Amino acid sequence: MLQIRDLTVDYGPVRALAGVSFSAGGGAITAVLGANGAGKTTLLRTVSGLHRAESGTITFDEHRLDRVAAERMPALGLAHVPEGRGVIAELTVEENLRLGGLARGRVSRGELDRVLELFPALADRRSATAHVLSGGERQMLVIGRALMSRPTMLLLDEPSLGLAPRVVAQIFALLRRLVTDEGLGVVLVEQNARSALSVADRGVVLDLGRVVADEPAAVLADDDQLRHAYLGF
Amino acid sequence: MQQLLNTLLGGLTLGMVYAAFALALVMIWRSTRIVNFAQAPMAMVTTFIALSVIDAGHSYWLGFAAALLSGLVLGAVVERVLVRPVEGGPEINAVILTLGLFIVLHALASVIFGNRFRSFPAPFGVRGIEVGDTTIALTTSGVFTILAVLAVMGLLVLLFRFTDIGLRMRAAAHEPEVARLLGVRVGRMLTLGWALASLVGSLAGLLIASGSLVHPSYMDSVVVYGFVAAVLGGLDSPLGAVLGGLLLGLSLSLVSGYVGSQLVALAALGILVVVLLLRPGGLFAPAAARRV
Repeated sequence: MLQIRDLTVDYGPVRALAGVSFSAGGGAITAVLGANGAGKTTLLRTVSGLHRAESGTITFDEHRLDRVAAERMPALGLAHVPEGRGVIAELTVEENLRLGGLARGRVSRGELDRVLELFPALADRRSATAHVLSGGERQMLVIGRALMSRPTMLLLDEPSLGLAPRVVAQIFALLRRLVTDEGLGVVLVEQNARSALSVADRGVVLDLGRVVADEPAAVLADDDQLRHAYLGF
Repeated sequence: MQQLLNTLLGGLTLGMVYAAFALALVMIWRSTRIVNFAQAPMAMVTTFIALSVIDAGHSYWLGFAAALLSGLVLGAVVERVLVRPVEGGPEINAVILTLGLFIVLHALASVIFGNRFRSFPAPFGVRGIEVGDTTIALTTSGVFTILAVLAVMGLLVLLFRFTDIGLRMRAAAHEPEVARLLGVRVGRMLTLGWALASLVGSLAGLLIASGSLVHPSYMDSVVVYGFVAAVLGGLDSPLGAVLGGLLLGLSLSLVSGYVGSQLVALAALGILVVVLLLRPGGLFAPAAARRV
């Protein structure tokens, strides 16, 4: 369970988040939606310790995350897949995956095989350098790499960015399966609100650093006024 | 024919040393985007440490080990204490810092070890190996130089390719932020990277000094050749640094043997200019496939 209370964060001279509170549980997908500049990416970067909050608290299970260094997050069960796909292009597919597993100590062959089974496209190219992968394969690789650390909560920043709708549907279906079957918690930051709400259980809408709605996904999708005002569809 | 063979053998030995030195520069450039101008005086200081150990009556090998170990420590200390605070700032700050360190180490060495030439022993004979009834220009020390550099390079390849710590170091060098999110303690990896690079630089310093004279500025020309070798290879490629070092060693040896030894420094710079004009990324730069 990830709980965010009264989080205020500055990004340079700009107040990116002003008193944001919401929570995201395990076994569910919580979509965080909003226009460009609403503070979505800053929110994830603050949760994972890359950015520090001015005030407010972030708790994950019993841990106060706002005091934990970013490099300790994977050991607590939190994995952050950053925006822009973050593959390490110079490493091979398998090295990228192993790196994800190292956060939990040694990487077992079984762990690697389990993740490669989820992404058959990667299994075929495991010894290829990651820079030859397509956009969709890169997104699969970073999600797979995050899963290697056996997280209980996955933070995903714009996984649909620049991908074909078919690939997005494939990735979202996989997330749904992991959430339902293994009780994984997902915080899904998306600008593409329509497809995010189609897979999410709950939606939190940010506008200029404030939470303007926090509802079950179906309710948000049916609220025409809110959709037009903040989600652009 | 025999002169050509001897010239090439001399070039090979020299090239291995340049390769090691260039490799040290490349390792630091890859992980912290800093050209470490202080590499030469750092290696010089560790060579003097070796000389002090040897002069105190201990064996050559104890001095050798002391130099490599102090290289490791010196690299780690320089990164942690001096470089870390300027990281993330304008790039010129780090460059000025390493230049400043160059001067400071020089001055300190003159004060502590004396501003004069001292002879440094060789581990093995410095006479040419006899093949049949001719003597070739490859000494036992030269063979040791080649083997030592090859061994260190081999160990580095094993470390970076096949160990978990090597994987973490590469991740930290290429994508520090992503690496942090994956639990890599990036700061430690950079410290370790500097330590290893400094160790390789120390090895180059020792090998140049062996059977020759040392002085607080004896490494200064090597920093130029090492830098040229690293740029030939593309600065970003360890393999390129090694090949660049070998190429430079062989070329300079040919220039020295057939044209004139006074033209060696000029030839090095000439090669650099020609390569940069024809292949600005270096001879062995990896294809520009990043940042998609």
